[in-house]
Amino acid sequence: MAAPFKSSAAPRWRWTRLLLYAFLLLFAIWYLTPVYIILMASFKSQAEAMQMQNMWLPPHILGFKSFQIAWFGSTEPPATLGLEQGFWNSVMLVIPATLISTFIGSINGYVLAKWKFRGADLIFTLMLFGMFLPYQSILIPLVMTYQNFAKFTGIQLFSTIPGLVVAHVIYGIPICTLIFRNYYAQLPTEMIEAARIDGANFFSVYRRILLPLSQPAFVVVVIWQFTSIWNDFLFGVTLANTPKVYPITVSLNNIAGSFHVPYNVQMAAALLTALPPLLLYIFLGRYFIRGLMAGSLKG
Amino acid sequence: MSSTFESAAGVAVVNMPKKRWWRRQNWERIVSILILMPSIIALAIFIYAFIGWTGFISLTAWNSSVPDFTFVGLKNYARLFVGGSTDMIRFHYDIRNEVGFLILFVGGCIIIGFLLATLLDRKIRGESIFRSIFLFPMAISFIVTGVAWRWILTPGTQETGWVGINLLLTNLGLDHLRSAWFTDPTVLYIQPTTPLGQFLGSIGLGALAAPDFGYAVAMTSIVIAAGWQMSGYTMALYLAGIRSIPDELREAARIDGASEWGVYRYIIIPLLRPVTLTVVVILAHIALKIFDLVYSMTGGVSAGFATDVPALNMWKTTFDGTQFAQGASIAIILLLMVGVLIVPYLVWQTRQEAQ
Repeated sequence: MAAPFKSSAAPRWRWTRLLLYAFLLLFAIWYLTPVYIILMASFKSQAEAMQMQNMWLPPHILGFKSFQIAWFGSTEPPATLGLEQGFWNSVMLVIPATLISTFIGSINGYVLAKWKFRGADLIFTLMLFGMFLPYQSILIPLVMTYQNFAKFTGIQLFSTIPGLVVAHVIYGIPICTLIFRNYYAQLPTEMIEAARIDGANFFSVYRRILLPLSQPAFVVVVIWQFTSIWNDFLFGVTLANTPKVYPITVSLNNIAGSFHVPYNVQMAAALLTALPPLLLYIFLGRYFIRGLMAGSLKG
Repeated sequence: MSSTFESAAGVAVVNMPKKRWWRRQNWERIVSILILMPSIIALAIFIYAFIGWTGFISLTAWNSSVPDFTFVGLKNYARLFVGGSTDMIRFHYDIRNEVGFLILFVGGCIIIGFLLATLLDRKIRGESIFRSIFLFPMAISFIVTGVAWRWILTPGTQETGWVGINLLLTNLGLDHLRSAWFTDPTVLYIQPTTPLGQFLGSIGLGALAAPDFGYAVAMTSIVIAAGWQMSGYTMALYLAGIRSIPDELREAARIDGASEWGVYRYIIIPLLRPVTLTVVVILAHIALKIFDLVYSMTGGVSAGFATDVPALNMWKTTFDGTQFAQGASIAIILLLMVGVLIVPYLVWQTRQEAQ
């Protein structure tokens, strides 16, 4: 009796299996729709992009003019300010901000994981709140401080790249500290105790034992910080007031926000803005996902 | 406390004269705290002092470009809740939009994320490709998401031709599904003249039958774009949770005669409760803070404030309208909403870790 039972079960199994794949495929299409529409629009010429009824169709002739305008801008009407300046501003901002906040996070994580003092957990929790803070609630004092900083110190923070770096470093400390603390906490303390008996001090334990083991945590934090600083809009739009300092997201919003810029140029600009974090995701996705998990507090 | 140097102390004492050891131990302790100090001071100022400063500004009369620190008490807050000013109407709509957005966004992400995670857990060929496709939107800026989805959801018109999704729907013959998307000023609410509205009126809840307690249809577009970006992340959290449940547990349930549905109902879903809590807290706080996406999708303006949200209102009121005290009061309310959600969660997490 086993044989007929089996043969009747097999097709059903295949049928649900097929449904399962169809369902997953449907969702994959949904997730890829914006990518499709961005690619279709950005490789079209302006004349072709104007034919709205063809917006879901691929371009007849593959063109790169829209990327050229999106990057360099255009003086002929409709005059457009390109992404180029914003791109380099973001590069100049994201590199120091990522490196500094990662280093601070690493040393903070070391202290909070392996040198717990009384009240360390409270301080850690107070730090963590910074990860969830709605920045609107600190924005007015931040702008006031930045605008008046030069008066007292001679250092210009408002609407400068270093000013944006400072903001991203400070508000990046909580997440960087969290990831490193959780990473160091799972390293065996016995290893450190052994080194201590051999006379290693606070700094040599960090340099000789933890630092060489930290490479995975560094990759995770660097990717996380790079992505979130590159993608930031709020600090960029509030703490910068000239295209000379605008990060790329603000440049993109200005291109896309002015309704006279044709769609093919808007989409090309969106693609260029998304590209650096997307490349990181494609090549280092594993570490990217680990950062996402850490962002939910689970180590 | 086993992960600290307290445990090392007992060993070290043996090898070193007591006094010298104490001196070294104390010196290093001081160094460790000194190293942490710059971060503690920076965050104390840039988070906590600034919050206090914002709170102070919210109690002043500084509602023009010239700073004015005259104390006015809770006047700025009161204006958001009562009095019938445009500020009040706008803020009421903000809360309405925020609540609708939060429920649909969090609920949608959980349903889609959980569904995709359970499907991907069924030994799928090409699982990693599907996973990558579902998760890549997380790597992208909300501004890019907003620009792309604005283009897809641009409604177009009958005269100039339909655009985006409306164009697809028209070509598929699904004309009745066309929508004005994020430009739709429609607000669904209980009309006072309907039986339900009259019933609410008769039990003294007539106030609920008003646009303040409705749902602005335009928020659906924001939900779609935000859900597109965050549902893959929800999937990843659930998938990690499902994978951490030992196979033996499921096997044992199956041997005991549980159906596939029963395994989910009695084993997997209950064990995923902590993941669900994390997901709800993370997504809800993102929903409360939503700003960039709405800003880039709608340009920050909407007919009848149909897509206005508190974070956007705060930014517009403060930096476009130079009403600093009014903006500060919105910021504080936003902070309180996030705090009510996050503080218990952080306390719970810290306690759980301590155990």
